[in-house]
Amino acid sequence: MNTQIMDKQEIRSLELFAKKIRLNMIKSLFNLGFGHYGGSLSIVETLAVLYGKVMHIDPQNPNLVERDYFILSKGHAGPAYYAALALTGYFNLDRLYTLNQFGTKLPSHPDRRLTPGVDMTTGSLGQGISAACGVAKSFQMDRTKQYVYCIVGDGELNEGQCWEAFQFAAHNKLDHLIVFLDENKKQLDGPTHEVCQTYDYAEKLRAFGFDTQKVDGKSVEKIVMAVEEAKKTTGKPHIIILDTVKGQGFPYLEQKEDNHHVRPTENEKEIIRQFIEELEQKIGGDKDA
Amino acid sequence: MLKPAICEMRKVYVDTLIELAKRDKNIVVLEADLAGAIGTKRFGEIYPNQYINCGIMEANMVGVAAGLSLTGKHSFIHTFSSFAARRAFDQIFMSLAYAGLDAVMLGSDAGITSEHNGGTHMSFEDIGLMRMLPNCIVTEASDEVMLKKLLLKAYEKGGLWYIRTSRKKVPRIYDLDENFEIGTAKVVKDGNDVAILAYGISVADAYEGAMLLETEGIRAAVIDMFSIQPLDFQMILHYADKTGAIVTVENHQIAGGLGSATAEVLAENKKAVKFTRLGIKGRYGQTGTIDYLKKDYGIDKYSIADQVKKLLG
Ligand SMILES: Cc1ncc(C[n+]2csc(CCOP(=O)(O)OP(=O)(O)O)c2C)c(N)n1
Ligand SMILES: [Mg+2]
Repeated sequence: MNTQIMDKQEIRSLELFAKKIRLNMIKSLFNLGFGHYGGSLSIVETLAVLYGKVMHIDPQNPNLVERDYFILSKGHAGPAYYAALALTGYFNLDRLYTLNQFGTKLPSHPDRRLTPGVDMTTGSLGQGISAACGVAKSFQMDRTKQYVYCIVGDGELNEGQCWEAFQFAAHNKLDHLIVFLDENKKQLDGPTHEVCQTYDYAEKLRAFGFDTQKVDGKSVEKIVMAVEEAKKTTGKPHIIILDTVKGQGFPYLEQKEDNHHVRPTENEKEIIRQFIEELEQKIGGDKDA
Repeated sequence: MLKPAICEMRKVYVDTLIELAKRDKNIVVLEADLAGAIGTKRFGEIYPNQYINCGIMEANMVGVAAGLSLTGKHSFIHTFSSFAARRAFDQIFMSLAYAGLDAVMLGSDAGITSEHNGGTHMSFEDIGLMRMLPNCIVTEASDEVMLKKLLLKAYEKGGLWYIRTSRKKVPRIYDLDENFEIGTAKVVKDGNDVAILAYGISVADAYEGAMLLETEGIRAAVIDMFSIQPLDFQMILHYADKTGAIVTVENHQIAGGLGSATAEVLAENKKAVKFTRLGIKGRYGQTGTIDYLKKDYGIDKYSIADQVKKLLG
């Protein structure tokens, strides 16, 4: 594979961006007192790649007509999305502390009518991916160069609607649709293999007509390469299966079994406080918020 | 009159299912990846063969319940009310209601009780949707005593049931030995000046609103209309005649909810009484605490008392 896509410095800067997303996301959830830590953390690297390099967007002009679109189909990971948007310049970092407050513009689940940079309202699982298909179909009809990126959860794929969307995407040859599957191996009630066996998603999606890749979802470099690779294949929709960990990048939460929605205990609050400090130190003087 | 809750509504749900499963091996409990939220994992540990966590597939879960019903099983389906009613509505219509099959559906996190999950999860339409199904019994449990009795009744009577509820603690209204009949509303407090009709969490607020009014010499009746379908229209007519002023309160859109149902009864029976509907008025949900949301949508005790006074003039 082509490793020349990025030099070392660019990789480091994307890694730093991911750290900042992680830090600011955790700070906003910590300030709120509860939330969907696990699934927010596992998409941080992917968001860093999308908002730090891949997407054609203009934070000063969120409605830029020829922008790339992004739909977070697993809407409960909104807090990570908001941190990425704030750090990209869609709004002030301070706003992250209004997460879920009365009258907020940052509700738990993304709302396109409230938040600049949010392209689609999501939260009822399985629906965002269909909207992404609609956007991709529209791009195809208009023969534009735009891409639509969409993140789905591995539990979310239980929903039949996802597979309707996949059939639609393949049949319509939506090659400007790039789907990320956050395979963190857990859903709300536990490990996916206990709740609803997923079998091999790569095999299934290949059979559904997708250009399929599986990459390390902790590596910004691998994710960038996968996107570049996907764009080389035409006539098929793309799926990049991200091998991730629920709670990714926060060792304590990675280990914690029930990490979907967390309301930290006093002891856990201390652990989070320490982790925030650690991240701030790693990021150095450039910590923002 | 209001008493503190003994336990959370979700505990009542699980305890009652366990009690039923002791007697009947045909009880089947279905989840769509929200067992953790409602607590039925505990049921699954005791009765693994009568417990199905389908995964995140509400529509499929309803269809599976239909198949279980075809073969003589009693399904208790749970998911958040938003996903139960809205997401799987055609499956509920077609495979359960129209096909004439039995199931009990528990829609939790009713309306504003979904709190911080916000607008996407806040069901203000589920009662309206469900009461359009001719053979669906539509109720909301006003407290833990009622929830248990409704579940037992649903099991005994059979048929298609939609029971809406909060998952957490709600003020207790009823004594433990209280009984409930479907189609018969409950008089929580009597009064001659106005009747406040409510259901679910709004009954407690209507009651407290009525106590505020009492201090100003207004005697308000509070009626628990927990049985939205079948509806106790005789109770509505009786209180229309007795008080000449009716107020409905609900944690739901007034269009399609109790507000609509009551308006239909009054209009069809030529009761031109003073009438006002409190509830969600053409708005969507949002994130917030229950207290904040009650106030914002005008269904807290103070708003109720104010609106009653306005109505009485
Ligand atoms: C239609 C629908 N059903 C149920 C839920 C409740 N819910 C929120 S997140 C979640 C689990 C999602 O699992 P997964 O897609 O694997 O997300 P992740 O592991 O990335 O958090 C569930 C069941 C929902 N939001 N939408
Ligand atoms: Mg998952």
